Amino acid sequence: MTITPDPAQGIPPSPAQTTTGRASVADGPGGPRRAAGGPGHRDAPGGGPRNTAGTAARRRSRETRLMVAFFLGPALVLLLLLVCYPIVYTLWLSFRSGDGSRFVGFDNYVEMFTSSNTQRAILNNLVWVIVAPAVATTLGLIFAVLTERLRRAAVLKAVLFMPMAISFLAAGVTFRLVYDENPDRGVLNAVAVSVHDAFVSPSPYHGVDVREQGELVPMKGGFESRRPVNPGEPAHLALVGLPPNRIPTDAKPATAPAGGPGLQGVVWLDFTRGGGGRAGTVDPGEMGLPQMTVEAVANGGTVVATTRTDATGRFAFPDLTSGPYVLRLPADNFTEPFNGVTLLGPSLITPAIIGAYIWIWAGFAMVLVSAGLAALPREALEAARMDGANEWQTFRHVTVPLVRPVLVVVLVTLTINVLKIFDLVYVLAPESSQNDATVVALEMYRVSFGGGLDYGLGSALAVLLIALVLPAMLFNIRRLRRDS
Amino acid sequence: MSHATIDTAPELIPAGTARGGRPRPGPWTRFMMRFGKALLRLLVVLIGAFWLLPTFGLAVASLRSSADNSATGWWTVFTAPAQLTLDNYVQVLQNERIVHSLWNTVLITVPSTLLVVLLGALGAYALAWMDFPGREWLFVLVVALIVVPVQVAIVPDARIFRALGIYGEISAVVAFHVAFGLPFAIFLLRNFFLNIPRDMLEAARIDGAREMVIFARVVLPIGWPAIASLAIFQFLWVWNDLLVALVFATSDNAPITYALREQMRSFSSNLDTIGPGAFLSMLLPLVVFFAFQRYFVQGVLAGSGK
Repeated sequence: MTITPDPAQGIPPSPAQTTTGRASVADGPGGPRRAAGGPGHRDAPGGGPRNTAGTAARRRSRETRLMVAFFLGPALVLLLLLVCYPIVYTLWLSFRSGDGSRFVGFDNYVEMFTSSNTQRAILNNLVWVIVAPAVATTLGLIFAVLTERLRRAAVLKAVLFMPMAISFLAAGVTFRLVYDENPDRGVLNAVAVSVHDAFVSPSPYHGVDVREQGELVPMKGGFESRRPVNPGEPAHLALVGLPPNRIPTDAKPATAPAGGPGLQGVVWLDFTRGGGGRAGTVDPGEMGLPQMTVEAVANGGTVVATTRTDATGRFAFPDLTSGPYVLRLPADNFTEPFNGVTLLGPSLITPAIIGAYIWIWAGFAMVLVSAGLAALPREALEAARMDGANEWQTFRHVTVPLVRPVLVVVLVTLTINVLKIFDLVYVLAPESSQNDATVVALEMYRVSFGGGLDYGLGSALAVLLIALVLPAMLFNIRRLRRDS
Repeated sequence: MSHATIDTAPELIPAGTARGGRPRPGPWTRFMMRFGKALLRLLVVLIGAFWLLPTFGLAVASLRSSADNSATGWWTVFTAPAQLTLDNYVQVLQNERIVHSLWNTVLITVPSTLLVVLLGALGAYALAWMDFPGREWLFVLVVALIVVPVQVAIVPDARIFRALGIYGEISAVVAFHVAFGLPFAIFLLRNFFLNIPRDMLEAARIDGAREMVIFARVVLPIGWPAIASLAIFQFLWVWNDLLVALVFATSDNAPITYALREQMRSFSSNLDTIGPGAFLSMLLPLVVFFAFQRYFVQGVLAGSGK
């Protein structure tokens, strides 16, 4: 893909130019031409038509032919043997069986669009193409505009551009560490957990369970009594499975409710240290669970009263004298602590890898856009400001339209790049997530070499890749034709 | 950017009119004029810090023992700097597998870069300044090949290399890198060589200089900036490659990216090898990048399509 911030588009062919695009025999670099790209973007030198008359020239032309072979030969041989011929070979293989022994028609292509792994790969590539180039280009534009305003922005530019120099492998290693699920290792989850805990504190009671035949049954993350409870008959709500170190320090040994007016009960840890004790009974030494929210739920499901247990685990609704009610320990008693986001798991793996990709390529976009900005006519921006346009208006209505050609070039380049993305996914996705993260280029490698040895399907995927980059190829060639 | 695009904002840029007075800026604009620069600077520093954080984290983690790394985050060094140690690096530099693969990376990258520059420059010169039939079509072919994904060629090329008896060897990896580096190389250099004043070449030809001499004495010195850009690109591309090595190199000829990828199977327990290894592998590219940043940027501007 060509990147030319100064596209020589729309330059009419010079009348002096004798070669047309269709001529297969070039008449020498006659007439003014423009480079299709190249550092400096200088105008190509003009020059008169070549003097090809004379015997000296004829002798020279024979010598030239030898020289052409010498100059161009090695490159041409390599290109034909290792690039061109393989394209045809791959096309042929894509219509053969996995080991290449039989002709199978379009079977590989049908399989490519129907088997779940390759479908996943194609869909993921689609997500990549839609999201990654757009975000990287937008960030590049923002960074370019920001750094343009500062005189000593070279340091920031170097910092943003630096990831371009390191390998996808090193970037993958770097982001494995950033994304690590354990908040004690992954910096992103460390931040997420501290922010989360600042708003929602975890309950000490998370992970507790009930006795199999006890009075409580699990209910929506919390628990409720198996049967409605009548006032006057105390409820014994037994919980088990709480590690001793999580019993609140202010907890006291549980005591059975004494009875009395209203609805009463106890919530306690039905576990006697050192063994003994009967299930469902408050034995000596068993601890109450204080500060537990208890709800009394009427027949229709409405919560009629709420209270909390005391230090011995007892609770009472003295006003509820006519029953029965279902007693509920709602889910917020048992909030699990937030242990970080599984960024490298099945559901978030592709966005996570795209994040790392953007870290690498936003600097690339910035450099190109910066070059585009530097070439902007100062007067346009000045004029807009003189007319009272604020920064945003100037940016939106003057800067962005003027750098649009560069933005298009960046977008197209990144799109091609993203279509072929392989290393980053291969390195960053753990083995367990590779099926969920896979993209076309990775799937091509996996089916061909990663154990499958299905060269037919692999070749079909490779053909899909080249078909996807074909528009860019034609775009480059058309631009070349127009320029020369 | 043609000048026509300026017309997209006609109200904002009345052509050729100069207004008399500058409108009084609103409160927001006045606030921004006063504090804008400071806010901007703060924002820029924050962005920079954010971008450095991942690499910095890996750097710190590579300087901590594996026990520390599995127990606490790398950021705890700010309160306990005593954790920092060079032990991992000492270990890695004594790890034969890692050292050998770093050396393989050099053995792959240096010839790949030199060959691409040499063959690319020769071919580009022929396409720019030599007359022969089919030249235009050849250049179109080269431009078309720039965007070809390597996946299209790996299966057939593996067979070709096997037939040649070099499959798994470093020479196979080099040959593949050179072949896939050439289209961009020829494209970039040919465009640059075209800008050499024709008179200089003609003068040399009239003096009886042969093409080889013109190439060496006139074209190469003038084309130096483009050659430098190309060399840096090719160097980084090959140095950082993983896929080509995975397909064409045996484990014994594997470059560092390949060796480290093997370790990633159990990332957490091998972090004491992977971290320093990744850093050692980044060292040379970063030095090249910062030393020749100008050429690198030029190369990016001139085009890159891999």
